Amino acid sequence: MTTVASGLEVSLAMSQIELDLNVVMPEILMAIFGMLLLVFGVIRGKNSLRLVSYGSAIAMVFVAYMVLNLPVEQENAFQGLFVNEWFSSFMKVLILMGSVISIFLSLNYLENNNMNRFEFPILILFSTLGMMIMLSANDLMTLYMGLELQSLPLYILAAFKRDNLKSSEAGIKYFVLGALSSGLLLYGISLIYGFTGTTSFETLSQTFASDENISIAVIVGLVFIISGLIFKISAVPFHMWTPDVYEGSPTATTAFFAIVPKIAAMGLIIRILFGAFADLIEQWQQIIVLVSILSMLVGAFAGIVQDNIKRLMAYSSIGHIGYALVGVAAGSIDGVRGVIIYLTIYMIMSAGVFAVILSMKKNDRMVENISDLSGISKSNPAMALLMTILMFSMAGIPPVAGFFGKLFIFQAAVESGLYTLAVIGVLTSVVAAFYYLRIIKVMYFDAFEDKFDKIQGKSLATIMTISGIFALCFIISPDILFSTASEAAQSLWAE
Amino acid sequence: MIISTIVFYALAGVLILSSMMVITSKNPVHSVLFLILAFFNAAGLCVLLGAEFIAMLLVIVYVGAVAVLFLFVVMMLDINFKDLQSGFKKYMSVGGLVGGILLAELIVIYSSWSFSKSAPENIKFKTPDITELSNTEALGRILYTDNLFLFQIAGLILLVAMIGAITLTLRTRDGVMKQDVSDQVNRKREDVVKIVKVETGTGVA
Repeated sequence: MTTVASGLEVSLAMSQIELDLNVVMPEILMAIFGMLLLVFGVIRGKNSLRLVSYGSAIAMVFVAYMVLNLPVEQENAFQGLFVNEWFSSFMKVLILMGSVISIFLSLNYLENNNMNRFEFPILILFSTLGMMIMLSANDLMTLYMGLELQSLPLYILAAFKRDNLKSSEAGIKYFVLGALSSGLLLYGISLIYGFTGTTSFETLSQTFASDENISIAVIVGLVFIISGLIFKISAVPFHMWTPDVYEGSPTATTAFFAIVPKIAAMGLIIRILFGAFADLIEQWQQIIVLVSILSMLVGAFAGIVQDNIKRLMAYSSIGHIGYALVGVAAGSIDGVRGVIIYLTIYMIMSAGVFAVILSMKKNDRMVENISDLSGISKSNPAMALLMTILMFSMAGIPPVAGFFGKLFIFQAAVESGLYTLAVIGVLTSVVAAFYYLRIIKVMYFDAFEDKFDKIQGKSLATIMTISGIFALCFIISPDILFSTASEAAQSLWAE
Repeated sequence: MIISTIVFYALAGVLILSSMMVITSKNPVHSVLFLILAFFNAAGLCVLLGAEFIAMLLVIVYVGAVAVLFLFVVMMLDINFKDLQSGFKKYMSVGGLVGGILLAELIVIYSSWSFSKSAPENIKFKTPDITELSNTEALGRILYTDNLFLFQIAGLILLVAMIGAITLTLRTRDGVMKQDVSDQVNRKREDVVKIVKVETGTGVA
């Protein structure tokens, strides 16, 4: 009898692991693709960048398809370490799209700047895998592992131009500060684990809901966790690395930094705050409100004095993260929906802007000062027009896409009674509009100096055009994004 | 009972002293050696707590690998530590302030520490009785089964670290003399030897 029973147990256990593996199938496939491409690149040696890049892009598109069409009903896997719901699937598809775009943005740049190494797309792929795991994290341990898998490739990518002092400096700086923030995060996690005895998000939220006396250690732990995560989205006061890393890294890497990782980290912040710490909203709301105000202020005022366009984009991203955090601070479904819409629009806009930055090339050299754009409306009218649309969108001026992002965020903030936050948001976006409009002014009204080299390949021009058209035509049918974002936000509350 | 208390204070005292020496000693080699001493004492504390697996890990990984690596790096690199220490006084006030705040936080946290009521039920994997199951076996049982997913991600992180180390440092240099056996075997006489008829008094052109 006993043998029969244990045999039954074994077969049950087998089927459980099979079910679990089905839930993480997209991630497994992604890892396998990454390793296969790595082996392919190593065997083929030099000049495999293009093939490996195409391979990674195809792999990511395939994985995105898998994410949308998971064959199983089950949502949890590995005893609640990992969870899939519509929110995480939506965000995963978004970051996969962003990574594919960054791979296409980087190709020509890497080939022309002596960085023709196939590891670039592979590192992007592994980083994206880490982000996917982060977005599905349902346990503090999964969160940490995903975060590390996401960050480590980013440090390497920042230092990818290894003969360049600035790039190496960016890599080291990012690595040291990133390690520090991981340390803070881990310390926070250990305090929370010490108080509650669990790392699972579900058990944590049950504990906080039932327990009257929340120890001060939990608050400190929460602050540490938020600090660690805020570093990853480069919100003030943990933003110091951003301008230096954006400026020092090779522009292809900067494009990836601007487009993808922040979206994943923001998704993770939403997951953990609304999942594990939903009942401590009074505690974290004030932190998020403060961080959001500071980010909006720094993003708006420090951006004004920048000459380098990559640095400017760094401050612009700090500001945009501040706006997105307004939606998190609202603490409601509408707020989360606003964040999702905002991040989607922001991702597509910054892809377009970086396509423009990557085509700023004079006499075979990349240039990156704002003054280099002067008068290019005469030599490159199409590019200047697209950049104008994108800048209007970044500034959040009505009919273009960026306006709707801000609208929903501020609406949610007002509904939650955060009037001060909404007012500061609107005022800082007026200040920030200065530097976006200045670029337009430089392009159209300053003296024409030197024209840009012809853009190589089709990918930059295509991405620029799609992004510009998206920003302009978003108003025609915004409902598609709105309804998807609503469903995604609601799936977080469904449990 | 009294013996374990004495051992605890001895280990903890040496641990704190040696970790202070790590940051104050002038010679960096001494710093690393004090670091090793600190690791050994921490391992001793772990044994005292009944966590023999972590103690052994500390000795094997930190003492055996990390600290020895540190020692090699410190000895191989020609770093002027005087220069590194020159900014010490300038940053002392800021660093001291941050450290002081963190210390005050720690004191506040641990002086008012309490466990959640539901903490005992929340624990997913309880520490088994040491007489039935050793720590190592207990960890092995959950590491490769329940936490398989996390274990595999850890593997991926190490893979990425390897890719990074190679990408950032590997260069193919020109002019390096390398023996290629198949090249040597395939060499033909015609490719390398030329017979020149030299006329008297002209020399080889």
